[in-house]
Amino acid sequence: MLSAHEVKQLELKANEIRIDLIKMLEEAGSGHSAGPLGMADIFTALYFNILNIDSKNPNLAERDRLVLSNGHICPVLYTTMAHRGFFPVEELKTLRKLGSRLQGHPHREALPGLETTSGPLGSGLSQASGMAAVAKMDKLPWRVYCLMSDGEQDEGNTWEAVMFAAKYKLDNLTAIMDRNHIQIDGFTEDIMPLDSLKAKYEAFNWYVIEIDGHNMQEIIDACHEAEAIHDKPVLILAHTIPGKGVDFMENDYKWHGAPPGASDMEGEPKKEEQAKIALKELRTLRGKIRSEHE
Amino acid sequence: MINQNLKLNPKLFDEDIEEAPTRKGFGEGLVIAGDENPNVVALCADLTESTRMEEFKKKNPSRFFEVGVAEQNLVTVGSGMAAAGKIPFVASYATFSPGRNWEQIRTTICYNNVPVKIVGSHAGISVGPDGATHQALEDIALMRALPNMVVIVPVDAIEAKKATIAMSKDKMPDYLRLSRSNVPTVTTEETPFEIGKAEVFFEGKDVTVIACGQMVHRALLAAEDLKKSNISVRVINCSTIKPLDSKTILKAAEETGAIVTVEEHQVNGGLGGAVSELVSAHFPVPIKIIGIEDHFGESGEPEELLEKFGLTVENIIKAVTQVLRMKH
Repeated sequence: MLSAHEVKQLELKANEIRIDLIKMLEEAGSGHSAGPLGMADIFTALYFNILNIDSKNPNLAERDRLVLSNGHICPVLYTTMAHRGFFPVEELKTLRKLGSRLQGHPHREALPGLETTSGPLGSGLSQASGMAAVAKMDKLPWRVYCLMSDGEQDEGNTWEAVMFAAKYKLDNLTAIMDRNHIQIDGFTEDIMPLDSLKAKYEAFNWYVIEIDGHNMQEIIDACHEAEAIHDKPVLILAHTIPGKGVDFMENDYKWHGAPPGASDMEGEPKKEEQAKIALKELRTLRGKIRSEHE
Repeated sequence: MINQNLKLNPKLFDEDIEEAPTRKGFGEGLVIAGDENPNVVALCADLTESTRMEEFKKKNPSRFFEVGVAEQNLVTVGSGMAAAGKIPFVASYATFSPGRNWEQIRTTICYNNVPVKIVGSHAGISVGPDGATHQALEDIALMRALPNMVVIVPVDAIEAKKATIAMSKDKMPDYLRLSRSNVPTVTTEETPFEIGKAEVFFEGKDVTVIACGQMVHRALLAAEDLKKSNISVRVINCSTIKPLDSKTILKAAEETGAIVTVEEHQVNGGLGGAVSELVSAHFPVPIKIIGIEDHFGESGEPEELLEKFGLTVENIIKAVTQVLRMKH
C-alpha cells in the first residue's frame, strides 16, 4: 500500500506528463490527444512504481518488458520515458519531425527503451506473449506488460493472442486495456460492440481485474494482484476517460486522432486557444484529476 | 558444360536422378540447427507434419509451439520471441504465411528488425491437386519488397537443409520458400551454399539462364540439349533472390549478353523482376522471363500443371533462341 503522500506524488507526476504531452502535440501539429491523456495515470504508475527498469541501461537483461500495442498513443509513452530519464525532456518537441527518434508511431530501433515497433493494431499482445513464453520457458524473472486499446479488440489477431496466452498459461503477462469507449470513427459500441469484455476474457481463461484507470492506488494494487495469479494471464480492464484532464477533450472521439491547435472543430475552442486552455487547466489543477481525488 | 568444382549430382541428366521435396531438407536442417543452437525454437500453425517440423518437435518438445490455425499470431509471437533472444522458425503454407500475414511481417519482423525465419511450404504451381488456393505464386514478390528481408528459394532438399542451418546463424529476417512435391536432387552434400551467393552450375558464353528452385534442373536439361545446336548456355542457380548476387549476374550479362529467367512464380515481381531491375540499371541486355503469366493455378498433377503453365524444358529452349535473336 502506498502512502497518501506517495499517491499524491504520482498524481502530480501524471499531471506534469499531461502538460508536456499537450505541449509536444501542439508543436508536432499532428498526433493523438485523447488516448495519451487518458493513459497518463497508468503510464506514470508503471514507469515510476511498477516496472523494474533502468533508464541508464535500457537493455538490462532482467528488465520488465513494456509492449505498447496501440502505438498511436506514443505521446504518453515518450513523455513518460523522458520524465523517467530515458532521454531529455527537451527532445519531446521533435515528435514526428524529420530525423527525430520520436517517430509518429514508435520504432524500436530509433529509441533505446522501446521494446517493439508498433502502430498497426492487434499485434502487440502476440509479441508480448512471445516474450512471456520465452521468459517462462527459460525461467527468467521478468514480467511482460502489454498496453492495448479497446478499439484493437476488433482485430482478429488480438484474439489469436488471447487464446495463445491462455494455452501456454502465461502468468508472467499482464495486459492492460485502455477501455475508453472511443475509436477514430466514433464510440466503440457503435462501431463494433465489444461488451462484455470481462466475460469474454474470462471465457478465454484469463483472470480479469476491473479498475478505475485514473485511480493511482487501484492501478498499482491491480498490477500487484496480477503478479500473484498463477497459471493464467491477467487482463487489467482499465476504465478511462479519453482526453482526461482537459475538459473540452474528455469523452469526445473527435480528439482521438487530433492534436490541440491544428484545426477548428464545431463546439470546441478556437484552434489558437485549444492548447492554451488545455495547459491552463492542467497547470492550475482545475481539471477533473484534482477534483475527483480531493 | 557442368561446373565440376561444385560437385553436383553425377546423375544430373539421368532418368533415375534422386528426388525429394525441399520441405524434407528443411525438416532435417531444422533438427541440426536446433542441436547446434539451443536458442532455435519452432512455431507452427496446425501444419506440423506437412511442413516437416515433426522431428524437431519430437526432439525438442519444450522449444516447439503450436499456435493453431492463426498465421497472424504465428509471426507476431515469433517476433516477440526473437525480441527476447530466440531464433524462431515459423512455418505454414506460403499462401497463408507470408500470404495472409504480410503486414504483421512487415511491421513486427522487418521494420522491427528481428531474426524470425518465415518458412513457406507448398509454394509454386507444383503443389498440384489442392488447386489455386494453396499454390503460392506471389510470395517471392511479397517478401522481396520488404526492407531487411532475405529471400531464399532452395534448388533441392539438400540445399534446403543447408539454407535452414545458414538461416539459423544470419541474425536476419529470412523467408525460405519450399515445395510440396518431389524435385530433382541437383546438388550433393559437398556443393557449396552461401546465402546471397548465386552459383554457375553450367558454364557457357552465348546466353545465361537464371533459375531458382526446381526450375534449375530444367534449365540444366535445356543447356545440355542446346549443346547439340552449338549454343553455349550458362545456367545460374539463383537460390538467394534477395539480396541478389549482383556480381555473378552482371558478369553473366556482360559475358553472355542475353538472359532468360525461370521460376515457379508469377512473372510479376519475382526472380525475373529482380534480375531485370539489376541488369537494366547496370548492363542492359535482352531478358525473357518465364513464369506464371498473371494467372491463378488449378488442380492437377504437378507435372501436368508445370506443362500447362509452360514451365518446361522446351519452353526454356524456345526462350533461349528468342532472346539470342534479340541480342546484338
